[in-house]
Amino acid sequence: MSTAAAAPVKTMPEHHYLNATYGIRSWLLTVDHKRIALLYLASVTFFFFIGGFFAMMIRLHLLTPSGYLLSADTYNRMFTMHGVAMIFFFLIPSIPAVLGNFLIPLMIGAKDLAFPKINLLSWYVYVVGGAFTLYSMVSGGLDTGWTFYTPLSTVYSNSAVAPAVVGIFITGFSSILTGLNFLVTIHTMRAPGMTWFRLPMFVWAHYATSIVMILGTPVIAITLALAGMERLFGLGFFNPAMGGDPILFQHLFWFYSHPAVYIMILPAMGVISELIPTFARKQLFGYHFVAAASLAIAVIGFLVWTHHMFLTGQSTYAALVFSFLTFLVAIPSAVKTFNWVATLYGGSISFDTPMLYAFGFLGLFLIGGLTGLFLGCLGTDIHIHDTYFVVAHFHYIMVGGAIMGYLGGLHFWWPKMTGRMYPEWLARISALILFVGFNLTFFPQFLLGYLGMPRRYHVYPPEFQVYNVMSTAGASILAIGYLLPMIYLTWAAFCGKVAGDNPWPATGLEWKTQSPPLTENFEVTPVVTWEPYDFHNRPDLGLDAVAANGVVPAHGDD
Amino acid sequence: MSEQEHSEHIVPPATYLAIILTLLFLTGTTIWAAFVNLGRFNIVVALAIATLKATLVVLFFMHAKYSPKRTKLIILAGIFWLALLLGMTLSDYITRVDYRGVRFPISQVSQQLPAQRG
Amino acid sequence: MHRTGELYGQFKTLEQQKESATLGMWIFLITEVMFFGGIMLAYALNRHVYFPAFAAGSNTLSLKLGGFNTVVLLASSFTMAVAVWSSQVGKKTLISIFLLLTITLGFVFFGVKYVEYSQKFHHHLVPGKKFDIFYCVNNPAGCPDVDAPELMEESKLLDEAKAADPDLNAHAQLYYSAYFGMTGLHALHMVIGAGLLFWLLKGSLAGRFTPQWNTPVDLVGLYWHFVDIVWIYLFPLLYLIDRHK
Repeated sequence: MSTAAAAPVKTMPEHHYLNATYGIRSWLLTVDHKRIALLYLASVTFFFFIGGFFAMMIRLHLLTPSGYLLSADTYNRMFTMHGVAMIFFFLIPSIPAVLGNFLIPLMIGAKDLAFPKINLLSWYVYVVGGAFTLYSMVSGGLDTGWTFYTPLSTVYSNSAVAPAVVGIFITGFSSILTGLNFLVTIHTMRAPGMTWFRLPMFVWAHYATSIVMILGTPVIAITLALAGMERLFGLGFFNPAMGGDPILFQHLFWFYSHPAVYIMILPAMGVISELIPTFARKQLFGYHFVAAASLAIAVIGFLVWTHHMFLTGQSTYAALVFSFLTFLVAIPSAVKTFNWVATLYGGSISFDTPMLYAFGFLGLFLIGGLTGLFLGCLGTDIHIHDTYFVVAHFHYIMVGGAIMGYLGGLHFWWPKMTGRMYPEWLARISALILFVGFNLTFFPQFLLGYLGMPRRYHVYPPEFQVYNVMSTAGASILAIGYLLPMIYLTWAAFCGKVAGDNPWPATGLEWKTQSPPLTENFEVTPVVTWEPYDFHNRPDLGLDAVAANGVVPAHGDD
Repeated sequence: MSEQEHSEHIVPPATYLAIILTLLFLTGTTIWAAFVNLGRFNIVVALAIATLKATLVVLFFMHAKYSPKRTKLIILAGIFWLALLLGMTLSDYITRVDYRGVRFPISQVSQQLPAQRG
Repeated sequence: MHRTGELYGQFKTLEQQKESATLGMWIFLITEVMFFGGIMLAYALNRHVYFPAFAAGSNTLSLKLGGFNTVVLLASSFTMAVAVWSSQVGKKTLISIFLLLTITLGFVFFGVKYVEYSQKFHHHLVPGKKFDIFYCVNNPAGCPDVDAPELMEESKLLDEAKAADPDLNAHAQLYYSAYFGMTGLHALHMVIGAGLLFWLLKGSLAGRFTPQWNTPVDLVGLYWHFVDIVWIYLFPLLYLIDRHK
């Protein structure tokens, strides 16, 4: 691959955040947002594989209609722990705590987040919460479904509900602290010239995500605290036998847990908004609209929660209103999708791996979003409520949307995080494997659900077997699609080709510093004089060099 | 950078004294009002007085009156989201009518329709 | 991060640092609003559904103790505000004095709360298997601190409530779940606040707070006032539901 003989040989910078200090203490007591991001990367990957293991058990069990692999009770525990591990310990912290932590200070030209110690604290809180939940998993697991519906979770379940509830309660504070840190950082730490409308869309998306985190998470905390006290001390708020109301639990639970979906998908949208302009070499179409759509999704996302409860006996009038509001949330999502497509129009598109993930996101999010409208519609929801249609829908959003965004972002910024490139062709092939495996796993589930197979059952009528076999086969392919990036990204972190400061090239501030960055991110605080995603008026953008024009010494650095 | 940092406004202790006296007076008022039978308006009066007290604390003790607009926006956002949580959830309960035309709460069903219980 | 004087390394100026800290505190307080919001919702719904039981439960609380605690807490907010003022104008001795006053008032509040809680415990009013709203009426010997006229009054109120709600005991237990949940959560916040006040007191005795740098006093002040606001709502919601009978 010697295209330009004159191209200088790239070498790793002498000093960077990874070799600034050594030893286990320098990692466990670090306040560097980049190192904390890597700590989060390791821990969420751990939980991803735990959740993935449970998923494989579910899919293997469902190969046959009568399910020989697991007992009914074990099956309940498997899908519950799959949901708990994936949602609370992987999807919610994945993009914000890994990529957001790493990139937000770099993107806005700051030395760190506003509260580095609170950032480290949030990781420890996450680990303690994770430890409680792991304890629950090894001491018999829990079988309530990840939704913890009462009175099953508070009165009847014999499984280890209490430690899991405590674990999720604790982990919630990690999410709150991360969101608080991001909000303050974006407000007060921006570099000179980095106005609100010059912020990368990734930062806007995380701003919106943080709003959801700080306003929603406290509600799930108090809800789980009440449910836990009800299980331990017999308070009666959610127990009909004592005059309480289980639907109140569902209201409180979904007040957080529906917006939590936007905690997962908004950051992924932020990643996609970075990838598409970069690999189309074109300014993001409708910057202001995409930014406003992020905020609109965050706000409207709080107004739709009872669409999870259409069949629980809530009032018909409330159901009508919430159904209407659910349709409203499709508007900002569609605004974003159309703007991405419009960005592609007339661009000079290159099919690098991150872009493949972005294309995957576009298609899968579109299907996931539109099937969400089926479910938000009162009439059709009666038919497909609690079937595999729902399962397929939210996997298209959470896996097809959020994880595609996460992996795309991980590939895109891996050169920045490690200073080294991953093997391009292997990465492209595994992105394709992932896409094929994903669709083979979950598309049959739409059909299963529409035909009437309910979710969370450990047996099914024999005529559904062919779709279930397809789904299990797809899950095996999907597993390879996840293992491959894990292996070659780890390899690339140590042995990959040296990437240089800006391999793509992309326009964000994070690419103006070395890869991997210094502990304090920038040698001098940058001054932003350009508009976002401007690929035409950036003389400093080259394949090999980052010019130093427009940069002034930072205050107090000399 | 974001909006300019305001120069710190120092509230004199005399203002605090006036506020605390008002708060104590309002506490007396709310206790007095609780002993007057206003029917369903007792709770309205109690909450109105509590909100007035809370407003005084936020504006003066917490200096919100002298804070940048952003702080005020955060406070309003908090109130708005609390109202969403309470208002939208209760909107479900107060509009519930079951198939017999009985309004929520169901607990009153046993008293209203004793004949229908097995 | 490296500390240079009172400025943390990630900030450029003290103003930026103070702005960030204050903003962070306000955002944190909003999360607290939502945190209390969940239990407020549980309260509001159950009060709507079981009003007679909630009224009866409320009337078994001591208005004297509750009212006294309200005054104590408001006063502690006042002393806290003056402590913040003292730090702003650089009166170093006054900061310590007013912090100490605030702590003292906080502990008076804890003392009264302890009396209230132990009373409820002896009167079998703690949610659980032993909960019995009629305990004092049926066992006057078990409640020596309640005198005869008060018992007469309580008996009359409970009988009326029982007529309106045959399952009074279960639903009064919901009221007491709300009572202990809300006041317990509030008390927990006060314990944390008291810890923070001690930490401030240590700093102020060491003379650390100056007109140029008093962010911790300011922020703990915000937190303490917020806890006060919570009580401002809890007092009428719990103690004054139906006093006019």
